[in-house]
Parts: sequence; C-alpha cells; structure tokens
Amino acid sequence: MMPPLTIALPSDREIAITRTFRAPVDLVFDCWTVPALIKRWLGFADWTFVTCEFDARVGGKWRFVTRSPAGYEMGSGGEVLEITRPDWIKTNELYDQDWTGGQTIVTNRLAEEGGVTTSVVTILYPTKEARDGARATPMADGMETGFKRLEELLAEMPAY
Amino acid sequence: MPAPDSQLDLTFAALADPTRRAILARLAEGEATVNELVTPFNMSQPAISKHLKVLENAGLVSRGKDAQRRPVRIEAAPMAEAVGWLENYRRFWEHSYQRLDTLLDELQRFAPKGDKKN
Repeated sequence: MMPPLTIALPSDREIAITRTFRAPVDLVFDCWTVPALIKRWLGFADWTFVTCEFDARVGGKWRFVTRSPAGYEMGSGGEVLEITRPDWIKTNELYDQDWTGGQTIVTNRLAEEGGVTTSVVTILYPTKEARDGARATPMADGMETGFKRLEELLAEMPAY
Repeated sequence: MPAPDSQLDLTFAALADPTRRAILARLAEGEATVNELVTPFNMSQPAISKHLKVLENAGLVSRGKDAQRRPVRIEAAPMAEAVGWLENYRRFWEHSYQRLDTLLDELQRFAPKGDKKN
C-alpha cells in the first residue's frame, strides 16, 4: 500500500500535493509532459479532454480544455517556465474562468528511490486569499456538504 | 440569477474579506438586524451595511420582509455550492493520481526492466 496523497501548506501562498508512484521517474515525467499520456489520467472523474497540448520545452505553451459529462467545459493554459528531464517541471497557469484570482505558478519536483517516484506538486497562488480558498478543500474533506459545515469552514479560514 | 461561474466568483469575492466571514460566522448562529451587528463588530452602521450589500449580492445573506427590522439571515445554497466546488479540488488530485497509477502500471508492462534510463 502506497502512502496516500498529502496536502501541505509550505507558505502563505502555497499548497503542496505529495504522492508516490510505483514507477521509475522517467515514466512519471513522461506522464506529466506528453499530451497522449496526460489525457489518460489528469482530470475529474468522467471528464474528457477536448484539447490537450503541452509543448515540453522552456517557453513552450500548454493548454487543457476538459468537458464534464453534462457538457460544461473548463479550460486552462500557460507556459512552461523551466523543465529539466526527468525531475523538474515549472509552469504558469491561468484558468479561463480565473477562479484562482490570477495566475498560479505550478512546480513538480520528482525524485526516484528504489523504483518508487515521489512527486511534489507545489501551487503558488497570487495571494494568500486565493490560496485559502483552495486550502478549504482538505479541511472540508470527509464532511457532508451543507449548511451545517458553514461554521466549521469559516472557523478554519484565517481571520486576517 | 447569474450564471453558475459568476455566482461562484461573487461567493469567493465576498468570502475574501475577514469582516464578511466574521459576519457570516455570527449569522450562522441566527439572524440579526444591522444594529445588532454594529456593536460586536465595532463598526459604523454604513460600514456594516456596505459589507451586507456585498454578501447579499453574492446571495450569501438575505434580508427579512419586516420593514422595521429587516433581519439579515444566512443563505445556505451558494455557500454549499462553493464548498462542494472546493471539495472537487482534492477529488481532482486523488482521482487523477489513481488513474495515473493505472497508466504507469500499464506502461511498465511494455517497458523491459533495466531499460528505464534514456
């Protein structure tokens, strides 16, 4: 059994998502950078890719558009800022609907040990407020959606 | 009624302010008049009213019909929508990574061991 996904808060504006994979680092790197592979795994359950482009070189553009079963489309895109095979990818990202309150910077640090690769995806938000919106996710995990949770959610949001 | 996306935008914009979150936390305990909110928040009535207007536009609170008191109460639906959407964020990663596990297993069946370095 591999360790579960963990979510941490390295700074005021960051979220780090760590996960291990039973695979060599080159293969994990490919899955993050080759469109034909990206579209096989990235996304919500039952959503499909309409567009999947990733030009895996510094300055290269990337664009994803995915569609929900109900036909709602969500698009995002940006540029590859740094890329070093097989262990480092840094991109910027902006959603078409801009729910993150501006551009985010996403890095992915990959490290292999004994055939197991650890991926640390760090998302840097433009503001603490934008990050805290996303931070509520793990806090909310496992709780029933609804009015009852409002107080808990508000209590967990920082006062300043 | 705004489109779902702009509704979420309004919700998140309204929640971005600590005073408005505190007002919501207070209203989660029960409805209150503007005057009842002025004292604990140590703010002027116009300042409180301004925050309430933002919350009302976001659909997070509504005002009662009682012409005198016009009590402010919390509206659950937009908040639940926002929270549900946020939960999707974590689900997004968990679900994606489970599929990535499957894909990596599949790819490794085709890649001979010891041939992993390019």
